[in-house]
Amino acid sequence: MSDYVRQMPHHGSRDMAQRPTAAMRFHIDVPLLLLLLALTGYGLFVLYSASGQNMGAVVRQGRFFVVAYIVMLVAAQFSPARYARWAPALYVLGLGLLVAVLFAGVGAKGAQRWLEIGGFRFQPAELMKLGVPMAVAWFLADRILPPQFLYVLGALLLLGLPSALILLQPDLGTALLIGSSGIFVLFVAGIGWRYIVGAGLLAIASAWPAWIFVLKDYQKQRILTLLNPESDKLGAGWNIIQSKTAIGSGGWDGKGWLHGTQSQLDFLPESHTDFIIAVLAEEFGLRGVLTLMAIYLLILLRGFWIGMRAQTSFGRMMAGSLTLTFFVYIFVNMGMVAGLLPVVGVPLPLVSAGGTSVVTLMLGFGILMAISTEKRMVVS
Amino acid sequence: MPQPITLKDPQLEARIIGARTVTAVVLVLAALGIIASRYHTLQIEEFEVYRTQSERNRVHLQPLPPKRGLIFDRNGVLLADNRPSFILSLVPERIDRLEDTLAEIAALIELSDADLERFTKELKRSRPYQPVPLRFRLTEEERALLAVNQHRMPGLVVDAQLLRHYPHGELFSHALGYVGRINEQEEALLDETNYRGTFHIGKVGVEKYYEDMLHGTVGYQNEENNAHGRVLRVLERTPPTPGRDLTLHLDYAVQKAAFDALGDRRGAVVAMDPRSGGILAMVSTPGFDTNLFVNGISTQDYSALRDSIDVPLFNRAVQGSYPPGSTMKPFIGLAGLESGLVTPETTVPDPGWYRLPGDSRKYRDWILRIRGTGHAPEVDLKLAIAESCDVYFYDLARRLTIDRLHDYLAPFGFGARTDVDTTTERSGVLPSTRWKRETMAQPWYPGETISAGIGQGYMLATPLQLASATATLASRGEHRIPRFLKAVDGAPVEAPLLEPVTAAPENWDAIFDGMREVVHGKRGTAEYLSDGITYEMAGKTGTAQVIGIAQGEVYDEEQVDERHRHHGLFIAFAPLEAPTIAVAIIVENGGGSSAATPIARAVIDTWLEGETG
Repeated sequence: MSDYVRQMPHHGSRDMAQRPTAAMRFHIDVPLLLLLLALTGYGLFVLYSASGQNMGAVVRQGRFFVVAYIVMLVAAQFSPARYARWAPALYVLGLGLLVAVLFAGVGAKGAQRWLEIGGFRFQPAELMKLGVPMAVAWFLADRILPPQFLYVLGALLLLGLPSALILLQPDLGTALLIGSSGIFVLFVAGIGWRYIVGAGLLAIASAWPAWIFVLKDYQKQRILTLLNPESDKLGAGWNIIQSKTAIGSGGWDGKGWLHGTQSQLDFLPESHTDFIIAVLAEEFGLRGVLTLMAIYLLILLRGFWIGMRAQTSFGRMMAGSLTLTFFVYIFVNMGMVAGLLPVVGVPLPLVSAGGTSVVTLMLGFGILMAISTEKRMVVS
Repeated sequence: MPQPITLKDPQLEARIIGARTVTAVVLVLAALGIIASRYHTLQIEEFEVYRTQSERNRVHLQPLPPKRGLIFDRNGVLLADNRPSFILSLVPERIDRLEDTLAEIAALIELSDADLERFTKELKRSRPYQPVPLRFRLTEEERALLAVNQHRMPGLVVDAQLLRHYPHGELFSHALGYVGRINEQEEALLDETNYRGTFHIGKVGVEKYYEDMLHGTVGYQNEENNAHGRVLRVLERTPPTPGRDLTLHLDYAVQKAAFDALGDRRGAVVAMDPRSGGILAMVSTPGFDTNLFVNGISTQDYSALRDSIDVPLFNRAVQGSYPPGSTMKPFIGLAGLESGLVTPETTVPDPGWYRLPGDSRKYRDWILRIRGTGHAPEVDLKLAIAESCDVYFYDLARRLTIDRLHDYLAPFGFGARTDVDTTTERSGVLPSTRWKRETMAQPWYPGETISAGIGQGYMLATPLQLASATATLASRGEHRIPRFLKAVDGAPVEAPLLEPVTAAPENWDAIFDGMREVVHGKRGTAEYLSDGITYEMAGKTGTAQVIGIAQGEVYDEEQVDERHRHHGLFIAFAPLEAPTIAVAIIVENGGGSSAATPIARAVIDTWLEGETG
């Protein structure tokens, strides 16, 4: 049916008249690419300082970026329709792997998150970061929007199942992230506000039972630490006290690149991964933070713009969800490092050191580019 | 009812999704606004707070404790120095679980309960990132054990600190006093800034009296540290000012002579230079090894010292109040001469006892038991001093009356603290009718004046008071406050002069004459001291009763318990024509003055030998 929609009669003559640019031909969204290059370049700069001026770490991250950009460009070459067709298979595969993780997974610190296949470690949850929104968008794209109650339930089932499996690993952060990527599809699809308000009330109502039955002690500790970091200065509170100190002491101008005392003298933990924004804030000041946020904001706006201009509902929903998920990373990471949110393992997207998350994110941007560069169809 | 068939409307869907996307943009902008305002709050509004905190993380002010001043004797012999000692300290900020770390350390090296207790106390007063000492005086082996295991236990610091050391231990224990760990009471009174990084303070004696001079002034350095506590560089440094080196009047050889001569008997010797008021020797036996106190004495050692029947912690020289006995007679004799009641030629009949007019009670002379009669039918002042005639002084005291006796003796410093430069000094008692009314609410009885005439009854003096009075006597009235301190960093310090004791020159001569007879006269009570003597010594023996002897009873040294025997006393100065040393000696339960007199000879011989080279 979606094929039917996409093959609505179009005025081929006008398309022919407009000679596609090279960027269009290679499915590259130039503004998005430039913004991503700016972001990753800025990130490498900060990483050099955050890793204790370790050029090796920068080169390693650079290599990840090269791989990720290639993945993105390759991903951009497939049409959104093809992603929609792949969605069910990808979803089923992902679900199968998540089940496998529970039985045969490896991991550390009491959580099983990885699958090891031929010496290659791999986290199925990463796959589902794209698999879930794709599947939900695929599922809803064939329905009349806004979706009816039954389809909302169906979509919730689609996103709930993998979230539950990831929660069992246990990995609350990723489960929430993946769940919300599906919910964002529903949101963009225009589900009634009564659902949204209802879900919000339900979330508040379930906070107390969740505290008692669901949250593990270490998770509760993180929330308590957020509320009062001084209660545990050397333990869980240490990170947050040190990151706030790093950020605050940066002031407007910052202490200068490579001159952040909190980060260079090892007071800041996880300075090159989850807490890298604190390094940036310390060394480049609020100026540097706002610059980063401006780049992020432009990327987000571009993402939403792509969504609004997408040719199909699938593309619109996908673009909206991917952009919102990207935003959630930013919000959660920056909020957690600044002591607004509890400490969860969410990296600062495309800035924190790490390979897998970078590839997943860039894959997402590849899909965005695919949506962005889909052949214009003029709907009469 | 058939449902109306709704068809997919791409344009409507595009509008729906478009509207939701716009909503999403608004929400995203709001959320990023919250984030931006949070960073604004931290970086602009609370900037100062966090800047200070990050500086506090990075820069630690470390106190540099000053080196304590050294103490020398008059000839430059080192009496108190500082030796490097290895200390294990912990930086609590760098230790996750203090309990576990302490347990691990305890498994490696010995930690006593006292160590832990002290550590807990000091933990409370410690400043952030300042190492808190746990164990002092680490042995080589303990240092090695810690070094090997240190990597597993962050926050451990082993460093060398200078610790007080007393090379001569017990010999100078009461003369110098000692330093010890700062306790809570001292903590409250201290200049907190200046004692940051200092763990020891003068507890008693010269070490306490001159604490301010000996301690010095603390220095500081600002160190840049990383999170692991490694000092990366020193940013700023104010060096400490070391404490001042003190030279005391004490003479090692004289002190040693006194200490050896006292041997294992309980007693005290104080020797002074009458020309300067300087204390040449101050011995109180038994003493103790002051080094034990430097790092906190063990409970066991401390209770042994505290509970010993010989009270070794008691400084008999300044705290011991003894009846001075007959050593008072020269001073009372001078009072008699000055009052005009007697002249050197005045004689008193001596049947061996004395009776107050209208009273049947007999006051015996000590000679009665030995000779069955008095010293001579008529006794003059010279003989009264030489043979220590009680009857002469009974009579003189009665005629003087207690209050005039008090007024003549007070200028010598009896009954009041000498204000010597050490601690724990007591004042002794110089009785008067007023004193008795005020302290005992009782009238003075005439019989008590008789006792006072021979330095018994209520009269009490410390060995230091006796030595100081003897020095004043030796210098014909020049009265100085007894002083340990001779020079500070090599610059001499004068002993403060007090109101001199005035007396006619012939009266001083008469007293000196009597005291010379004690040693050099044929009938002197210490005539045996003059054997082989190369100078002239003036002295006066004394015996102080420890238990009262009832009327008519006789004291028999052989029959009384050792602890109940009389105290033996002796005061002396020499050389007679130009005295350079005055001594006071007491030997507790020595039986009589003969226990004390040889000590004087040993001390004075040593001093005069040193003087002439």
